Amino acid sequence: MEPVIRAVGASRVLEGEVPVTLVLEATLAVAPGEFVAITGPSGSGKSSLLYLLGLLDRPTSGSIVLEGVNTSELDEDALAEARLSHLGFVFQSNFLLPEFTAIENVMLPMQRLDRLSDAEIRERAETLLNSLGLAAQRDKRPNQMSGGQCQRVAVARALANDPAIILADEPTGNLDTASSATVQSILRELAHKHGRAVIVITHDRDFAQTADRKIVVVDGRIQSDVEKP
Amino acid sequence: MNTLPLTIAIRHLLARRRQSIVSLLGIVLGVGFFLSISSLMQGSEDDFIARLIDNSPHITVVDQYRAPHRQPASDIFRTGAVQVLRVKPETETRGILNYVRALAYIRTLPGVTSSPVLDGQALISFAGQDKAITLSGMIPTEINAVSTIGKYMIAGRILDLAANPNGIIIGDQLANDLSLQMGENLNISATTGQTRTFKIVGLFHTGRVNIDDGQAFVSLKRVQALLNRPNRVNNIIIKLADPNAAQTLAAQIESRIGYKSISWQEASQDIMSLLVIRKILMYAVVSAVLVVAAFGIYNVISTIVMEKQRDIAILKSMGFRASDVLRVFLTQGVLLGIAGCAVGLPFGCALMIGIMRVSFKMPGSRDLTYMPVSWNWIQFAMAAAFAMVAATLAAIIPARKAAQVDPVDILRGGI
Repeated sequence: MEPVIRAVGASRVLEGEVPVTLVLEATLAVAPGEFVAITGPSGSGKSSLLYLLGLLDRPTSGSIVLEGVNTSELDEDALAEARLSHLGFVFQSNFLLPEFTAIENVMLPMQRLDRLSDAEIRERAETLLNSLGLAAQRDKRPNQMSGGQCQRVAVARALANDPAIILADEPTGNLDTASSATVQSILRELAHKHGRAVIVITHDRDFAQTADRKIVVVDGRIQSDVEKP
Repeated sequence: MNTLPLTIAIRHLLARRRQSIVSLLGIVLGVGFFLSISSLMQGSEDDFIARLIDNSPHITVVDQYRAPHRQPASDIFRTGAVQVLRVKPETETRGILNYVRALAYIRTLPGVTSSPVLDGQALISFAGQDKAITLSGMIPTEINAVSTIGKYMIAGRILDLAANPNGIIIGDQLANDLSLQMGENLNISATTGQTRTFKIVGLFHTGRVNIDDGQAFVSLKRVQALLNRPNRVNNIIIKLADPNAAQTLAAQIESRIGYKSISWQEASQDIMSLLVIRKILMYAVVSAVLVVAAFGIYNVISTIVMEKQRDIAILKSMGFRASDVLRVFLTQGVLLGIAGCAVGLPFGCALMIGIMRVSFKMPGSRDLTYMPVSWNWIQFAMAAAFAMVAATLAAIIPARKAAQVDPVDILRGGI
C-alpha cells in the first residue's frame, strides 16, 4: 500500500558552537493501517524523529513527504494546515486545555478547521467520546477526570478531524496498568480497524511487541526497522 | 468568522479572574478619569470661549488699515532704490469714512447684526476729582443686539439713553469712586476742549474693574458732537448668528470696505494659543493614567502567556497558526479594553455629574459658580479610543511572544 508518510534521509541538527545531531538520515515509510512502535534509549532522538514526522520541526537535511507532498516546500501556515487536517497527536502528558471541558477540548480542532456546522462538530465530538467510553465525562474539566480518562480525551481530540496519521509520544507513560492497556488497545484498533497509520513512541517493551513494526532508534539513527513476523 | 480565538481568550481571562478584574479596574479608572477630567477641561474651555464670544464683538471694523498706505514715490519707482523716511500722515478727522454705506453693505450679509460706535477719551470732573474714561457713543436702540452691556445693568436701562439724549450710563465702580448716584449730573470734557453735562440714567456692573471704573456710554450723536467728529464712527461692532464664521466674514468685509476688520479669533489669538497648549497638557496628563492602566493589561496577558506555554504548544501542534495564537492574546487585550470602556464610561459620567454639582462662590461674586462640564460626544469617543489603543498596544507584545512559541521547545521540556 502507498505510504501516507515518509521520511527521506531526514536529519535534524541543532546549530551552535558544538552542533548537536538529534536525528541522522532517517528513512522510513508508514502505510495506512500500520501500527509502528519506535523504541530506543532515553535521549536517542525518538521524540525528535516524531516531531519531524509530525511537521512540528523541519529537517535540516532530507525531507518529510506527507501523502505525496514534500513538506519542505511548505510555509509555516501550510504546515499548520497539514497538521490540522492530516495528523493527530497524543502526548505523554495529556495537554488538555484546563479551561475547557472534555467535549470542548475535542471540539477545538474541528472548530479551527471550520468545515462542519456547530451542531455537527458537537455531534462528532460526542460520538468520539462515547466510542472511547467517556460519555459520562463529557462535561467534566481535565482536573475532574483521572489520568486515563484525560488521555482518552486526548486521543478523541487527536481523532477529531479524522486524520490519516496518529502520532503518540509515550501515550501510556503516565498511566496506571489498566488505563495503559485501554489506551494501547484504542491505538491498535485505530490502525487495524480504522486503517490509520499509528506511530507510537514507547519504552514499554510489551506494548512495542504488539506493534506491526518496531523501529529502534539509537543516537539519532534508525538502528533497526523490523516487521512483526 | 471563526470565533475560536475569542472563546479561548474569554476562558483565559475568566480562569485568571482576580488578575483580570484588577487590570480591568485600571482601565475603568483610566477611562473614568480621562473622561471626567477632559470633559471638565473642555467644558471650562467651551465656557471661556462662550464668554469670550458673548462679551466681545464677533467682528470689529476699526478706523485703521491693516498695512500703512504706500507712498507714491515707492509705487512710481518700483525697481529703484527708493526709501521714504519721516512720513507724516496728513492731519485728518479720524473715523470710518462713509460708515453709513459700510453699514449698509455689512447688513446685507446673512446672519449679521451690526451697530456703529464712536469711542473717545474724555475727562470727568466732579467734586475736585478728574477721572479719565473711555466714552462710547452708540445707538441705544441697536446696542443690545451687538453688545452684552444690557445684561450688566444694575440700575436704569440702555433705552433710557434714547429717552434722554443727555443721559449717560456709567459703571458702579466709577459711581462709587466719585460718590455719584442715579439722576445726578456730571461734567465731561473732551480733548477738543468742549465740555458737556450729562445726567446719570443707568449703572452697570460687569465685574471687570477697568470697564466698571473707566467706561461710560452715551448716545452716538452726543459723542460725535463732543469729540467734534460729526457723522463719524471709529468702530462698527458686528455680531454673527454663527460666531465660527467670523474669520471668513471679517476677511470678506475688510476686502470690500478697506478698513481693518478684526474677528474675535484674531483679537484673542494669544488666548486661543494658550488654550491649545492647555489642551495638549491636559491630554498628556489624562493619557498617562491610561498608560499606567495599560501596564496592568500587559502584566496580566504576559503572565497568561507565560503560564499557557503548554497550551500554546498543543494548540500549534493541533494546527493553530501563529496568527491564530496572536489573535487569542490580542483579543484578550481588546476584551479588557471593551470591558474597561463599558464600565469606565458610565463611571466617568458619574464623576462628571458629581463635578457638575460642585459649586462655590468666587470672591466678590454674588452668584454661585458651577464647574462647567462638556458632554460633547467627542470626549467619550476619545476616552474610548485611548483606552482601546492602550489596551491593544499593551497586548501586542505578549501576543507576539505567544505567537512565536516553538511547540517543540515546550514539548521537549514538558515530556
